[in-house]
Amino acid sequence: MSEQAVKQPPAMTFGQAINMAMDEAMALDRRVIMMGEDIADDQGGGVFGATKGLSAKYGVDRVRTTPISEQAIVGAAVGAALAGYRPVAEIMLMNFVTVAMDQIVNHAAKLRFMSGGQTSVPLTIRTATGAGVGFGGQHSDMLEAWFAHVPGLKVATASNPADAKGLLLSCILDNDPCIFIENSASYGVSGPAAEPGARVPLGKAAVAREGEDVTVIGYGPPIAHALAVAEEMQADGISVEVLDLRTIAPFDVEGVLASVRKTRRAVVVHEAVRAFGVGAEVSSVIHENLFDDLKAPVQRVGSAFAPVPFSPVLEQAFLYQRQDIADAVLKAVKH
Amino acid sequence: MSDVETMNDELLLDIYRRANLVYQSDEKMRNLILSGSLQILYYSPRGQEILAAALMAALNADDYLVTTYRGIHDQLAKGIPSSDLWAEFAGKGNGTCKGKGGPMHITHPETGVMVTTGIVGSGMPIANGLALSSQLEGDGKVTVVCFGDAASNIGAFHESLNMAQIWKLPVVFVCQNNLYGEHTPVALSTGCDELIDRAPGYGIRAVQVNGNDAFAMYGAAKAAVDHARAGNGPTFIEAKTFRFFGHLLGDDSHYIPAEEMAAAKAADPIPAYRAALLDRQITEATLDAIDAQIAEEVEAASAHALASDYPDPAELRRDVFEKEIAA
Ligand SMILES: Cc1ncc(C[n+]2csc(CCOP(=O)(O)OP(=O)(O)O)c2C)c(N)n1
Ligand SMILES: [Mg+2]
Repeated sequence: MSEQAVKQPPAMTFGQAINMAMDEAMALDRRVIMMGEDIADDQGGGVFGATKGLSAKYGVDRVRTTPISEQAIVGAAVGAALAGYRPVAEIMLMNFVTVAMDQIVNHAAKLRFMSGGQTSVPLTIRTATGAGVGFGGQHSDMLEAWFAHVPGLKVATASNPADAKGLLLSCILDNDPCIFIENSASYGVSGPAAEPGARVPLGKAAVAREGEDVTVIGYGPPIAHALAVAEEMQADGISVEVLDLRTIAPFDVEGVLASVRKTRRAVVVHEAVRAFGVGAEVSSVIHENLFDDLKAPVQRVGSAFAPVPFSPVLEQAFLYQRQDIADAVLKAVKH
Repeated sequence: MSDVETMNDELLLDIYRRANLVYQSDEKMRNLILSGSLQILYYSPRGQEILAAALMAALNADDYLVTTYRGIHDQLAKGIPSSDLWAEFAGKGNGTCKGKGGPMHITHPETGVMVTTGIVGSGMPIANGLALSSQLEGDGKVTVVCFGDAASNIGAFHESLNMAQIWKLPVVFVCQNNLYGEHTPVALSTGCDELIDRAPGYGIRAVQVNGNDAFAMYGAAKAAVDHARAGNGPTFIEAKTFRFFGHLLGDDSHYIPAEEMAAAKAADPIPAYRAALLDRQITEATLDAIDAQIAEEVEAASAHALASDYPDPAELRRDVFEKEIAA
C-alpha cells in the first residue's frame, strides 16, 4: 500500500483518472454501483476501458454489464438511487443518452422536487462524446446545454485528468443527479496526477491561468486551446485569463463575475454548437451584472450550426478552432 | 390458482376496507371537482378499486410501489394516510409532497410509494432499480409497479421486462388492463390478442387474471410476491379491469360501445365483492360499520385538504437541489 503511494506516477491519463475515481468511490461506499453496456471485465471493461478491473475487484453484482437498453439502464439507476444507492450509469456515448431523456429529465431531475424532498436521486451518468475523431453525426454531439437547462441536474466536465478524477468523485458522492461528460478522444491524454481521494467541488470554477486584459471562459478540451492562445498573446502584450468552469450547471457565477470584473472583457468558448449554447447563458449573466464595467461585448466561440459531419475537411470546418478563440480575444481587446 | 379457502375473514375485510376507501374517496373527489371546489386533472380509478385493494393486501407495508397518474386507488390501498394524500391533491403545503408534486406525482416513502409518474410506461425501469437495491441489500422487499394496457406499447416496458428477467429482480409488473388507453381500445393499439402474450418473449413468469375478482387477484398477487421474495424473480400480471369514468374526468366515453359499458357496469366489482362477502356470512352490519368509518375518514380528509394553506412560494427554491437555491 505505502509502496504504491510512493511509486505513484507523477502523471495520469484521463482514462486512469476516471477509473481511479470510480475505484475510490466503490472502496469508500458499498452503495456505489456501476451499470452499462460491456462494462464488466469479461466484456472488456467498457468500450473505452474506463471500468477495467472494477468488476474483478468489486464483483459483477456491483459492476453490471447491461443489455443495450438505455431507458432501462438509467431507469434502474434512478430506482436504485431512490433506495439509497449511488449508481454510476455509463452511457457509452452522449447521443445515446437521448434515448434515456425521459428518465433523466422527467424523473432523475425532478423526483426530489416533486416529492417535496422526501426522496433524492444521487445518480451519476458518465458519457463520452466530442467531434474531431470521425465518428460522424450520431456519435459526437455536445449536448450539455440540454441538461444544463433542466432544473435539478448538475453537469460537469474536466479539462485535465486531475480535475476529471476529482469532479467524478464529487459527482458520485453528491446527493443530486449529475451528468459527467468525458471526451472520446482524450482517454489517453495525460496530465499531472491527482492526490488520492482529492475531490474537486461542484459549482467551483478554476483559474487555469491568470491574466489582466480579457477572460476566456470555457470547459473541457477548449481550455487547452485557450491556454495556448493565452501563451501566444502574451508575446503581443495581451494578458489573457483562462477560467475553467468545470461544473457547467450550476456554474460558478461568482467566479465568472469576479474574473470579468477584473479583466472587463470576456470570451466564452465551447465545442457545442454556438447557437443556444451554454455560452449564451454565461454571456447574458455577465452582461446583466457587469454591463457598465465591460469594455467590449462578450464574445462567443462555438461550433457551426450543423450536424457533426463525417468528412475530415467538413468536420474541421464545423468545429470551433483555436484561431477562433484568438480572433475573439483580439475582437474583445480591440473593441 | 388462488386458494380461496385460505383467505380468512380478516383478510377479506382488509381488502373490503381498502377498496371502499378508494371507492368513497373517488366519489368525493369527483363531486368536489364537478362542483368547482377543486380544480385538478383527475383520472378516476372507479371500477379498478378491487384490483388495487387485493394487490396491496398481498404486500408488506414496506414493499415498494411505483404507479401512475391513474394512481389514487393504488396509493390509498397501499396505505398513504388520506388527509396527507388529499392535501397533496389539493396542492396544499401540508400534502405528502408539500404541494410540489400534485395528483400525478405522489411520493410517500413511509408507505413504500416511491414514484408516481405521469409519463406512460416510465415507472417500470425505475421499479427495476428499486428491486435491484433490494436484491443487493437483501432486505426482502418486493417492488410492485402498476401501469395500464397502453403502457405495454412503450419501449420502456419491453426493456424493463427483459432486464428484470435476466437479473431475476424481485419485481412484479402489474398491467391494469382497463381495455382502453385514452380513447383507443387495445385491439387497435396492440398486435397480439392478449397482453400476456408479450411475456413469453422475455422468458418472464406471467399470469392473466380477472383483476375485478378479489379472490383471483389476491391469489395472483400473493403468488407473484412470494415468488419474488423467495428470490425467484419477476412476474408479469395482466389484470383485466374496466374504468367507468373514461380517461380523464369529463370524458364522456363516447368511444366505448354502449353495450360494453353496460356489461361492465353490470359487473361492477364493488357491489359484487360486497355480495361475495355477504355470501360468506359476513354481516351487513359489519360492512356498514366499515363504510361509515370510511365515510368519516374521507369527509375529514377532504375538509382538511380544502381548509389547509397553500405552500410558501419560497418552496420553489427548495428541493431543486439538496442545497436550497439562494433567493
Ligand atoms: C409517454 C406519454 N405519452 C402519452 C401520454 C398521454 N397519455 C396519458 S395517459 C395515456 C393513456 C395510457 O393508457 P393506459 O396505459 O392504458 O392507462 P390508463 O389511462 O388506461 O389507466 C396517454 C396516451 C403520456 N402521459 N405519456
Ligand atoms: Mg388503459
